[in-house]
Amino acid sequence: MTITVYVPNDSSAVSLGADRVAKAITAEAERRGLSIRLVRNGSFGMYWLEPLVEVVTGQGRVGYGPVQASDVTSLFDANFLQGGTHALSLGIVEDLPYLKKQQRLTFARIGKTSPTCLDDYLAYDGYRGLAHALAMSQADIVKAVTDSGLRGRGGAAFPTGIKWNTVLNTDADQKYIICNADEGDSGTFSDRMVMEGDPFVLIEGMTIAGIAVGATQGYIYLRVEYPHAHIALNTAIANAYQVGYLGEDIQGSGKTFHLEVRLGAGAYICGEETSLMESLEGKRGLVRFKPPLPAIRGLFGKPTVVNNVISLASVPIILDKGGDYYRDFGMGRSRGTLPLQLAGNIKHAGLVELAFGLTLRELLYDFGGGSASGRPIKAVQVGGPLGAYLPESQFDTPLDYEAFAAQWTVLGHGGVVVFDDTVDMAKMAKYSMEFCAIESCGKCTPCRIGSTRGYEVMDEIINGHNVEYNAKLLRDLCNTLLNGSLCALGGMTPYPVLSALNHFPKDFGIDEPAQVA
Amino acid sequence: MTAAVDTQALVNEITSALKDKPGALLPILHGIQDAIGYVPPECVPDIAKALSLSRAEVHGVISFYHYFRTTAPGQHTIHLCRAESCQAMGGEALGTHAKQKLGIDFHETTADGKFSLEPVYCLGNCACSPAMQIGHDIYGRVSADSFDSALAELEQAELEPSA
Repeated sequence: MTITVYVPNDSSAVSLGADRVAKAITAEAERRGLSIRLVRNGSFGMYWLEPLVEVVTGQGRVGYGPVQASDVTSLFDANFLQGGTHALSLGIVEDLPYLKKQQRLTFARIGKTSPTCLDDYLAYDGYRGLAHALAMSQADIVKAVTDSGLRGRGGAAFPTGIKWNTVLNTDADQKYIICNADEGDSGTFSDRMVMEGDPFVLIEGMTIAGIAVGATQGYIYLRVEYPHAHIALNTAIANAYQVGYLGEDIQGSGKTFHLEVRLGAGAYICGEETSLMESLEGKRGLVRFKPPLPAIRGLFGKPTVVNNVISLASVPIILDKGGDYYRDFGMGRSRGTLPLQLAGNIKHAGLVELAFGLTLRELLYDFGGGSASGRPIKAVQVGGPLGAYLPESQFDTPLDYEAFAAQWTVLGHGGVVVFDDTVDMAKMAKYSMEFCAIESCGKCTPCRIGSTRGYEVMDEIINGHNVEYNAKLLRDLCNTLLNGSLCALGGMTPYPVLSALNHFPKDFGIDEPAQVA
Repeated sequence: MTAAVDTQALVNEITSALKDKPGALLPILHGIQDAIGYVPPECVPDIAKALSLSRAEVHGVISFYHYFRTTAPGQHTIHLCRAESCQAMGGEALGTHAKQKLGIDFHETTADGKFSLEPVYCLGNCACSPAMQIGHDIYGRVSADSFDSALAELEQAELEPSA
């Protein structure tokens, strides 16, 4: 009997040698005259175990990891094709506590399927959301999304249903759906995992969005740093066109939705929605003034829904199981689940999808297992390069938009970057200013000039020149950036800078107790 | 001479194939850079004409985006991540090592034309920091040693097919 073996083709797994492992397994099976079916799946997001090889057995999918090509011969010797015991044995993969403790809604399929195989997608409940949507009125689809409580997962947390409703109710000859796949925040990779590991869920979500608001054209604005995702999306889109899940008369419904991937070109600012639209129009990615809102005058001047990958990828399950089902997860005004990404100096780095409400400490220690270096965790940056650094005293904050905001921190896109006690927070603050200077679009003065001045001031502080005076100047400058910038790049760079200064003044050469921002 | 003509023909071919797309400029610039490794400044007037833009507008777009380059890159471009997650795992030391090993700074190409070194701000490989990308190949948990062996492998691969 042919035995099925899974080896992920997720780019992070590949970065750790998954391609070489797949090749070695195929070669060794051939050498031994064994018949196997090797499937490249997505990653479950347990990256310390990647490359994670699975074998389908009568008991379930048995895992081995982390596997290197040099382990393959011994795996065969241990009869791993029958689930034999080996030093790298992990047991049944779905029973691993890291996975079992999660609440995977958006990531329900990722790891289980071959990402660009439509049959796999359908076999694992794919396109059920679209089937329901096609039988509903536009207003009812929007209502289901509104009822679910889904808020923009890109970071701004704006209610998705309200955005859709505005586009639905704005008359125009052409409307657009844009998926913001410019996942530029350091420490985030959930968008990448969806696009590489389950591209159809994004395509389905965008198709539902298009039908809901009356948009016939969609664009996925993908960062150029994601070549693997680019290939997966284009393959999946071609497959969807072939069987009538995209294009004209979708599944005989008479509805039309076209979808195209467009590549960015290494500009962080193009993750800001108005800059993204400028870029899609073929221009410099300069931030636009708002209003007009993109929902009223967006891409090419037409009503446009701009949503993050995770927001759109959460739509199919909402339409499949209903808004109430999704809303029943979470706490307060943060409904549903958030795919959190554990990165940096953490032992068990990876993807953890959970309902809102867990504390940061539980995430860092129960899931993350503490720092990778074994040293104490000193600071954690949540929400990307524009997110605040949290000291240990804030680790009990629940992962919830409002609870984070109350502490002058941001949950953002759910990226969590961990630093041990060797980090110098003054250097990190200087880096934040440098990053803002490099990535500023240059349209507004506070961001364009302020970031460079901030970098210079941080240099002075680090060199011990007139520290008290320069720290005051830094606060003043941050105040200008915070209140005077056109968009979140300049407006939020003060979050990492001031949180570093407030919580770790010693690193800046200041002994006095922290001031409040 | 022939190379220059070829480049122009290629640029015109790419431009005319894509110019009718809405917002065609970025797809055109990607097409050109994919084909020849960079966007030669001398092709700006042709692109501008095809899209009814001014040369300044095309130049402005090319210079706005970090990814587009106007000079030929080395045979291999190494994109080394400098963002926070990689910094937390020794990314800065890796950067110093890379610069030392190659004898160049960021945005430079080695004298033998083999390697260009570019900074990048996140490859989405943050669970396996520090990370780098060479061509489409991504590398995780890169150490000074694995950086050296990745380069050695590339140099070895070049020797083999021509032998």
